[in-house]
Amino acid sequence: MKSALYAGVALAVVAALGTTAVQAQSRDQIRIVGSSTVFPYTQAVAEQFGSSTEFSAPVVESTGTGGGMQIFCDGVGAEFPDITGASRAMTEGEYDSCIANGVDSINEVLIGFDGLSVAHAQSGPDMDLTKAQLFQALAAEVEVDGEVVANPYTNWSEIDSSLPDMAITVFGPPPTSGTRDAFVELVMEEGCGEFEAITALEEDRMEEVCQRMRQDGPFVEAGENDNLIVQRLNSDDTAVGIFGYSFLYENQDTLKAVAVEGVSPSAETIADGSYGISRPLFFYVKNDHMGVIPGLTEFVTEYVSEASFGPGGYLEERGLIPLSDEERDQTRANIEEGAHFTRYE
Amino acid sequence: MTDTSAVSVSDRPADVAARLRKKRYAADRRLRAYGIGAITVAVGLLGILIATLVLGGYQAFTQTHVRVTFPISTQNVDADDLRGSNWRAVVTEGVENLFPGQSEEVRGLGARILTNNTQFFVRDAVIANPSLVGETLVLEVPASDPYDQLNKGVLDRDLPENRRRLTDEQIAAYDIVEEQGLVSRPFNWALFFNADSRFPEIAGLSGAIVGSFYALMICFVISFPVGIAAAIYLEEFAPRNRYTDIIEVNINNLAAVPSIVFGLLGLAVFLQIFGLPRSAPLVGGMVLSLMTLPTIIIVTRNALKSVPPSIREAALGMGASKHQVIMHHVLPLALPGILTGTIIGLAQALGETAPLLLIGMNSFITSPPGGVMEASTALPTQIFIWADSPERGFVARTSAAILVLLGFLITMNAIAIFLRQRLERTW
Repeated sequence: MKSALYAGVALAVVAALGTTAVQAQSRDQIRIVGSSTVFPYTQAVAEQFGSSTEFSAPVVESTGTGGGMQIFCDGVGAEFPDITGASRAMTEGEYDSCIANGVDSINEVLIGFDGLSVAHAQSGPDMDLTKAQLFQALAAEVEVDGEVVANPYTNWSEIDSSLPDMAITVFGPPPTSGTRDAFVELVMEEGCGEFEAITALEEDRMEEVCQRMRQDGPFVEAGENDNLIVQRLNSDDTAVGIFGYSFLYENQDTLKAVAVEGVSPSAETIADGSYGISRPLFFYVKNDHMGVIPGLTEFVTEYVSEASFGPGGYLEERGLIPLSDEERDQTRANIEEGAHFTRYE
Repeated sequence: MTDTSAVSVSDRPADVAARLRKKRYAADRRLRAYGIGAITVAVGLLGILIATLVLGGYQAFTQTHVRVTFPISTQNVDADDLRGSNWRAVVTEGVENLFPGQSEEVRGLGARILTNNTQFFVRDAVIANPSLVGETLVLEVPASDPYDQLNKGVLDRDLPENRRRLTDEQIAAYDIVEEQGLVSRPFNWALFFNADSRFPEIAGLSGAIVGSFYALMICFVISFPVGIAAAIYLEEFAPRNRYTDIIEVNINNLAAVPSIVFGLLGLAVFLQIFGLPRSAPLVGGMVLSLMTLPTIIIVTRNALKSVPPSIREAALGMGASKHQVIMHHVLPLALPGILTGTIIGLAQALGETAPLLLIGMNSFITSPPGGVMEASTALPTQIFIWADSPERGFVARTSAAILVLLGFLITMNAIAIFLRQRLERTW
């Protein structure tokens, strides 16, 4: 039994060392990190790229926008990722940390738009909400009779008598999520601008009132997983959920959209901007890695080809809302130039 | 006389004694009932879990396929440049064969019935067998996700059109294919032999299974020898003093540290200081071995302890050295216990997700890793990725992947039980 033990250990060691030895020094795979919203699109391009070219398929990791920026900005070289996806533009702080670590030539690539949907079960009543009403339902503090007070609303009909007599239950993303950032920016901040008592507040206080979601029950943070929110909506037809448009698109049989400002989300209304909750999606690529990491230039070219991010391309099939013709040409020109984006200089 | 003897048996009247006895029996019965109740709850919860997984996941073990005849004409395919040939055109001609005598529009809709990667399947089949050029190729092509759901009845064709993922025309196109008897639903081998894909119909677990295997191997290679050596020292050589007490307390504490802490440690030390590659099973295995190590040390010490002192004393009495006593007698006798504990420790490591997320083993990778330094996923992280995907097909596949993981865990635990019963000796 003892010799069996020795033999087993020896075998395992040899196998492990043998496989380690074949590892090449530099990297022959593209490494991509970043936003979980951009992830499905990058994933699609990566798979297409891996199947249709001689290069090996890129490794795509979903780290969230902020996490991706951190890893991306750690440095230049084979041990650092080449591309990071972002569901918002790079902030000045992130840009500075990139520069500080020697990542001083970054290309910002706008790839399209993503709609956020507010939706509920098919069996629920039809709803049409304004951003102001969404703010009243979800903010920690709202305006009542000219005063800013803790949110008293627990029923939609209390906000406006035309809304259904239904308790407010909204499932939404947690603060760590890019979807939450986008919702706060596009709905809460715009909605709160309609209340005079709030806009009259001093700036810091106003920002706090506009951005803070209520925590007394009606708004439920349902985790990063949008599928979970979809499942909960199916089991409770008075509940409303906030998630990416692609999840609504995939679950049309059980969910229906809440119209926002009178417009329901669809590929058309998001693309032409008439649906009010959509955000730009980006990826950032290190110019210093172009031409060094095998296949990176070809991958980026594939990403911004008409077949991919153009109208009718395979990214649109996945839920991306394409850019206009001029914007797409602009994106491609940027890549050709290998331009460094200079917004913060 | 009779009075005193009655008192000596019991100082209570008979009816009181009977009542007390009844009460005690009732307490016994209640205790038993609580136990049975507790087990019923536990088994019930497990049953609910398994039932939900099976109900949610059984659909993923079959996959709708469509038999398509592709003409590999020399016009589209250049035998000297197979990779660069016009495979899209070959697929279009294959789709035409599915819709004999139908209009252009129907064929356009019908093209979507086949998985998006059909052209690569055809290409690879012809590259594997170049003599097909000029002939026809018959392939069972996986149907794309919405049609797979339609065939499985998950997508309800009786719903109004605006609530369906597929329009009436798309369903009509599918029905044309089905009426020709070209649609089948065999066992979904791709679930085990394909790597990940963004298309649920061709996504599989092979990358995750291979990645988990590499990570567990690294974990075993590190934690098994180190764990046994540490346990032997602590049990057989170490003096009992304050330092060994501190070490012992720390080992017991380590076994209870939440796994995410080891992930953070791996991220800070293995990736940032040692500069090892992200997402590699090597790093995954190293992190998992930190977790498994305390378990193995504790199990090994217990196994060494349970070897009776008489064996050691007999060996020493025969003139064996300490080294000979341990290596020739104590360790072999303790080995079944050590192996059992190691397998259970590895089974735990197999199901561990949190540390792997931190070192990037939740990446999207379309091919299984070729070695321990290559980026890869593991089974639990693959479940994590699929659970987050919007496509309907991934809902069932997530449950199926959990069932596969449970299958591996049950197998490992069964091996541990088998080894224990087969090899363990009692004195």
